[in-house]
Amino acid sequence: MTNSFRTSTGGRVNRELPLSFQFDGTPYSGYAGDTLASALLANGKHDIASSIKFGRPRGVFAAGPEDPSGVIQIEEPFPEPMLMASTVELYDGLVASGLPGQGWLADRPDPARYDAVHHHCDLLVVGAGPAGLSAALTGARAGARVVLVDSLSEAGGSLLGSTEVIDGRPALEWVESVTAELDEHPDVLHLQRATAFGCYDDGFALALENRTDHLGGAADPDDTRQRVWRIRAQYLVIATGAHERPVVFNDNDRPGIMLAASARTFLHRFGVLAGGRAVLFTTNDSAYAAAFDLSDAGVTIVAVADSRAQVSERLQDGCVRRGIALHTGHVVSGTDGDRRVESVDIAALTGDNEVGQAERVAADLLLVSGGWNPAVHLFSQARGRLRYDDGIGAFVPAEDLEQGRAVGAAAGHFGLADALRDGASAAAAALGPTATAAVTEHQVDDLVEAPSAVLWSVPGSGETGMAFVDLQRDATTQDVLRAVGAGLRSVEHVKRYTTIGTGLDQGKTSGVVTSGIIADALGVGVAELGVTTYRPPYTPVAFAALAGRNRGQLLDPVRLTPTHVWALTRGAEFENVGQWKRAWYFPREGESMDGAVARECRAAREGVAFMDGSTLGKIDVQGPGAGELLDRIYTNMMSTLKVGRARYGVMCGADGMVVDDGTVIRLADEHFLLTTTTGNAASVLETMEEWLQTEWPELRVHLTSVTEHWATFPVVGPKSREVIAALVPDLDVSNDAFGFMTWRDAEIAGVPVRIVRISFSGELAYEVNVSAWHAMAVWRAIAEAGRPHGITPYGTETMHVLRAEKGFPIIGQDTDATMTPQDLGMSWVVSKKKEDFVGKRSFTRLENQREDRKQLVGLLPQDPSVLLPEGGQVIETADLPEAPVRMLGHVTSSYHSATSGCTFALAVVRGGRDRLGETLYVPMNGTPVPVTVSDTVLYDKEGARRDG
Amino acid sequence: MQLIPCPWCGPREEVEFHYGGQAHVAYPAAPADLSDREWAEYVFFRDNPKGLFAERWVHSTGCRRWFNAIRDTGTHDFRAVYRPNEPKPVIS
Amino acid sequence: MTADDVAVDQRVSPLELWRAEFKALPAGVRLRELAFLTQLSLRLVPESPAVAAVSEALGVALPLEPCSSAVAGEVTVLWLGPDEWLVMTPTGDGETERNLRAAVQGHGAVIDVSGQRTTVSVSGPRARDLLAHGCSIDLHPRVNHAGSCVQTHLAKAGVAIWTRDDSGTDFWVVVRTSFADYLARWLVDACVPHRQDPQWQ
Repeated sequence: MTNSFRTSTGGRVNRELPLSFQFDGTPYSGYAGDTLASALLANGKHDIASSIKFGRPRGVFAAGPEDPSGVIQIEEPFPEPMLMASTVELYDGLVASGLPGQGWLADRPDPARYDAVHHHCDLLVVGAGPAGLSAALTGARAGARVVLVDSLSEAGGSLLGSTEVIDGRPALEWVESVTAELDEHPDVLHLQRATAFGCYDDGFALALENRTDHLGGAADPDDTRQRVWRIRAQYLVIATGAHERPVVFNDNDRPGIMLAASARTFLHRFGVLAGGRAVLFTTNDSAYAAAFDLSDAGVTIVAVADSRAQVSERLQDGCVRRGIALHTGHVVSGTDGDRRVESVDIAALTGDNEVGQAERVAADLLLVSGGWNPAVHLFSQARGRLRYDDGIGAFVPAEDLEQGRAVGAAAGHFGLADALRDGASAAAAALGPTATAAVTEHQVDDLVEAPSAVLWSVPGSGETGMAFVDLQRDATTQDVLRAVGAGLRSVEHVKRYTTIGTGLDQGKTSGVVTSGIIADALGVGVAELGVTTYRPPYTPVAFAALAGRNRGQLLDPVRLTPTHVWALTRGAEFENVGQWKRAWYFPREGESMDGAVARECRAAREGVAFMDGSTLGKIDVQGPGAGELLDRIYTNMMSTLKVGRARYGVMCGADGMVVDDGTVIRLADEHFLLTTTTGNAASVLETMEEWLQTEWPELRVHLTSVTEHWATFPVVGPKSREVIAALVPDLDVSNDAFGFMTWRDAEIAGVPVRIVRISFSGELAYEVNVSAWHAMAVWRAIAEAGRPHGITPYGTETMHVLRAEKGFPIIGQDTDATMTPQDLGMSWVVSKKKEDFVGKRSFTRLENQREDRKQLVGLLPQDPSVLLPEGGQVIETADLPEAPVRMLGHVTSSYHSATSGCTFALAVVRGGRDRLGETLYVPMNGTPVPVTVSDTVLYDKEGARRDG
Repeated sequence: MQLIPCPWCGPREEVEFHYGGQAHVAYPAAPADLSDREWAEYVFFRDNPKGLFAERWVHSTGCRRWFNAIRDTGTHDFRAVYRPNEPKPVIS
Repeated sequence: MTADDVAVDQRVSPLELWRAEFKALPAGVRLRELAFLTQLSLRLVPESPAVAAVSEALGVALPLEPCSSAVAGEVTVLWLGPDEWLVMTPTGDGETERNLRAAVQGHGAVIDVSGQRTTVSVSGPRARDLLAHGCSIDLHPRVNHAGSCVQTHLAKAGVAIWTRDDSGTDFWVVVRTSFADYLARWLVDACVPHRQDPQWQ
């Protein structure tokens, strides 16, 4: 049984290019140009999935993305769950299976590439049907930058599934000539297989382009499989067409039941007959085309049930000519069949909104049409207002967008002439006179259609048996009525109660029908009830596509320091500090982290060690108001700092809480350079600019980030003086000549450097600052000069141990947004002389005067081998009491001190400074561990070591 | 992705900007003279209207300038932007 | 060899390890690091009386329009903010800096920020397409002309993009030094899917 439902000729598939694929383990063949759905139907395969709740067999219900039921899983070449068979373009080697409502994700990384492109245009046209093509062509001829996106494999939209004629020629010839002309315009971007899935603010739209799947094995493996186009449009033309709407009746979910126009599309676009014996159930004229075309192609149309009492002579004649039994005033009241529809019950509508006795006819295909819903999804996402049109039973755009318009069927204008005219006039409206001049008139013979009936659900549906509203969610009329019975009145509430519209088809066939059924049940109008909100994405989009290239090494910027490559070749382990990649420690062969850190700490305490501290934020502050600005920003006095000297400083917010700390050096009278913590570099600069630009514009100061201009290398340890002396022979490095908290300009390896005597370790230390260009030259010179002293490179872990041993807090680790300088034991850094500075007034607030505020203290585990967990809670009792346990605070930093031969921690503890010497407890794995509260300084309490 | 009009650089994607809260909350001339209550009003209390709201924004990725904006908090529309030295525009 | 020569020889540019990868790209784009451009941050309020002297020192009127630039010989002046410009020159003799400093006098600031950023020349017929993978600003020649200088994101890095011609084929991307490696990786990776693309050859 291969392609036995394929017509002998016709369709847009390429019969020269057969493709092999597997479905549910069975090999099949199709043609290039097929979708998985059309290829399965060509092979007579209708029963392709099963439903999520009831396990009922389900088939292809529609030929496009509105299909609620043909849900499949791609198994090979790479697993991809929950796709609609009607939207998967067939390719050679495809292996897929039907899903029972849920799929499975790959357990291996997706090897395909995904990327994004930004694009700007005057006119974004969504949909390459007659309206869209007409708009795009008019725009292109007017010289505009145009983007035309369309989800199908070729342009044409509804024309692909019909037999329309434009200007006396087959419509597809017109399509071909339009696309050829569009190709000639360099500023027209025409993308097929590209679905606009979301409209956002300010003319921004996203489209997903499928680029390689259809090429199968011929695709370049490096090429982008899917691309997200980020399109910013001056004007948006929504030419997205319309979705045919079903009518709900009993057992309306069997494979072989299909929207009428979809069956016509399968015939004309793919050369596929969706069945052999068909019944049409319709409420409108449009569906007759499907019945007539299928009949002409050899399908037996057993009957047409039209819910209207009368139909036009043209349609009556058409039926008579083809021997089709036409039942006006009739509906389909049910179906039967095993894995597929086998018979259809046709019954008369009676006057009192009931149905009469049904007549059962044998059929393997049931075509359904309840009218058309304009595809207003994007229009509505773009904040376009909708109105309910009683005549067609659908929501249509009520207005133009500020910068856009729905056209053609998407606007509820279903005729071909309307579509062509709409598209061109939208482009003209967007672009003005040049485009107006480019509008072309076309000769089209639209049939005059009689009014449609609006019928949501066949009377009596669901009273016995099941009548499905949302096939994907297995939700029935009874579910809707139960929701209404439970008191729900809003369509949004009913949606969430019933889950209708929450499947991957997002209720394209069920949404408006649900509103209709609720309206009937409540006895209100559909207009006042409305329809649920349309939200992006219009069709499912894989997270991989949204992530694009922001994965792996490109997930987030990795900021590198000037010595990164050197550290890499030295076998350093790295840690992430924000976006920075910093050397964490430098293990020797076979050395553990603890071993390496202990060795690095020893070198800094006993000999000499050096590190790359370049990540520190650095801000150049210049101008006559520089000293005044710093006085207002820092808690301590900076304007009194002498040129040539450095000072530690703390910044607070207006609430008095510490936000950052660092050092300030004065380079000249009106010129300072300050450092910030690594993580706060950007925010400190931005905050300082905020004060300067918005509150104190009278201060003449310029703030400039120089973070990456300066590489910063602390050279630390008792022997650091000898290393600096060797590097800079003419510099007097004696303590008297070059004292603590002073700086000198010098030259190392022929390169200008600035050396600052500051210490984040308590040891004698020199911070060498050099322009990034020369960083490695100076770094190597330091290494060379230090070699006789065994100079040791160290990383951030050792830096942390050294600073914690001295009780130096890290803002952001040992503090959060609730710590004042006083809480940190740093009253000394708060000026009493200055009348005001940011945060000062808050220190005297009652809340900040409380004695039981959390204060920074040291904790010494009474078992010196126990390393407390950072984040561990501090409690008062040796036994873990019943919850709620009173928490005194928590551990903020915890390390082994190689120097002191014990573990230690910093912690914030309620009233901590009054508890020095007390025993408190930190639960570890449920057991409280005793700790002694100490002051924050573990090592060199006298501060004797900083001068060497 | 919304566009925010920087008074200097023109419309840019919203990710280039940072938010600075309510505008025109001036730093008190003499904080020391304020009661705790008055100081708390300055530090902690801000308006939270549905509708037009004057806010501070900064074009972080661009010119690093702080500016003021009148934004409709209900629709996110930026109704006006103005530089710090310009008066608050009157918008109905 | 003088000390200055030693210093020059020992300089390391942020992207020197990317040279080979830059050379291996499809012909439609050319990436090249313009290493060791002297870069000076010029800070001055536009109303300052020093503007005239500064313009004279630069050899070209200081560009006051947002997102603009000016060129005088080898000296490039990029507008970064209403009181901030980036002055770039390949010469490293310090003359530009001295002249600017003298012109600014006490009215603003001139700061050597040569190590703060590096510059990547992105050129070729597909240069604009490459940038469009990660830049939300419209660089189409219809709306973006030679001389524009926009600070924005390229991928997730903050950059200044200076447009050097009217055909969208010549840009300088100025990026913070620490982000340079990320940006180079991102640019090279963006070209991968275009390796077989005839339009990129």
